Amino acid sequence: MSTEVKEVLKQVGGPRSSELDAPLSSKRMLVNLGPSHPAMHGTARAVVELEGENIASCKLDIGFLHRGFEKSCESVTWTQVFPYTDRLNYVSSIMNNVGFALAVEKLCKLEVPERAQYLRTITSEIHRICDHLTLVGALGLELGAMTVFLYAIEGRDLLWDRLTELCGARLTSNYARIGGVSRDVPEGWIEKTETTLDRVVLLRDEIDGLLARNRIFYDRTRGVGTVSRADAIDLGFTGPCLRASGEAYDLRKAAPYLVYDRLDFDIPVGSNGDTYDRYLIRIEEMKQSDKMLRQCFRDMAPGELVVRDFRYVLPPKPEVYGTIEGVMAHFKLIMEGIQVPAGEVYGYTEAANGELGFYLVSDGSGRPYKIGLRAPGWPMLAALPIILHGALLSDLVPVFDSINMIGGEVEQ
Amino acid sequence: MATIVIDALVARFRDPVKGDGVTGASVGAGGDDTAFVTRERLLEVCQFLRDDPGMQFNMAPYITAVDYLGQEPRFEVVYNLLSTTRNWRVRLRVKVSEQDAVLPSVCGLWRGANWFERYCFDMYGISFTGHPDLRRLYMYDEFVGHPLRKDYPLRGRQPLVTELEVPEEQFRGPGPARRSE
Repeated sequence: MSTEVKEVLKQVGGPRSSELDAPLSSKRMLVNLGPSHPAMHGTARAVVELEGENIASCKLDIGFLHRGFEKSCESVTWTQVFPYTDRLNYVSSIMNNVGFALAVEKLCKLEVPERAQYLRTITSEIHRICDHLTLVGALGLELGAMTVFLYAIEGRDLLWDRLTELCGARLTSNYARIGGVSRDVPEGWIEKTETTLDRVVLLRDEIDGLLARNRIFYDRTRGVGTVSRADAIDLGFTGPCLRASGEAYDLRKAAPYLVYDRLDFDIPVGSNGDTYDRYLIRIEEMKQSDKMLRQCFRDMAPGELVVRDFRYVLPPKPEVYGTIEGVMAHFKLIMEGIQVPAGEVYGYTEAANGELGFYLVSDGSGRPYKIGLRAPGWPMLAALPIILHGALLSDLVPVFDSINMIGGEVEQ
Repeated sequence: MATIVIDALVARFRDPVKGDGVTGASVGAGGDDTAFVTRERLLEVCQFLRDDPGMQFNMAPYITAVDYLGQEPRFEVVYNLLSTTRNWRVRLRVKVSEQDAVLPSVCGLWRGANWFERYCFDMYGISFTGHPDLRRLYMYDEFVGHPLRKDYPLRGRQPLVTELEVPEEQFRGPGPARRSE
């Protein structure tokens, strides 16, 4: 310490120089975040060991939202699983419906009518926009940008309103069925949705304008929570987080399902794998989803909504009341459930946060023998302690948000 | 497409004399190529799949277990592997008996396998040797048993604090109250 400072301190009666020079205590501190902490999404608990302000180690404790999804599914019929899948990722429930339906159809070797495929694609992409809007809004909120959150939630709710008109519920949509979808779009719905999408585009660009070049946002996210490409693959990342790290792997291109092979869209890829890249990927994916939706609206032709195979799909009511075959098919489907052929299959789709997989085992009875859920956010959450090693405590929250852990699906 | 993978596995690891290695394999479309592997050579097979320049299975997107109650061996652990460079998928199925439900951990090959193995341990009671941190994942430490085993009852409640008296008829849930019914 310079003599001048010592002189000044003597005059003001401040701390003695010995006090200022004393080494700080180097004891590590344990901080317990969650499970119900306002800054932690979902109900995960993190026990963080701090060295100064840096995270020396982090242990995650999950399971507070464990509802026994797989166990419940094993005791109901295949059709009755759909409402359970709604509760996995509750922000984008139709994607879970579709993922499960596609896995079962893979086991049954069912080919779904084209209009149903288009409707599944449309609803999935709308929900992808909803999911990304939620994430971007929450990421802004975490870093003090309340306005962004309000814009994002407005956009999300406008889209949810359209989906309510389609399937009757905001969150628990229960839209897909084995062999098709539950209902067709109401009259004038497509034009209305296009208007809504125009509004959402404005909101999205507003959000992007507020965040992307914002000094505070940029400093808090750039270079924070970086995951290299090799690490991301090794840790089992999928979806936007994998692509933010530079690996252009998207199931919609790598293993096209529904009508994705007919649509013209690009896969955005990041380069740094940090929180900022994960944010940019989400914004860009919303633009691509918007593009896809307009193509679907243009190309979709009228047609059947479900396969005409009464082993899997309930017959229309006039046939149930008018023909003996209709009555029998209805009775057997209701009383015994769909007889999915015995076998095992792993069906996977690109949900908003990554690969949503269902590992199904059927023993030929009307109920699933095993439903294994591969939640998109699972490996990302597992990797959080590795990503956060050495980071600042205050960076935990935005990084945790950018991997978008959804308690409903990760904790089953 | 990925018939190559199955062919290579069978050619390299099938050992009809000792009956270990790859004991069976089938080809299916869209990620349903499946190989049955014995646990003694599981690590060897995985190492080959990851490191061989012709394979490059660099990710383990999903590992789970199934309880085939009444069969012997009772459990089966299923490894879904993915090669992002070649866009191939393969599934390895490993049988393991109830008395000796222990497998070698693949965490050393794919770090992403960590929580999947913890899940198998928590839900089915299958242990993994060489796992860095084998604890329960969803259930609490005081929990007794493994809930996804087929002989664990659907409503097997184990509250940490004493529950209030709820008459049975008020409780609603799917399926029969007890498995024997």
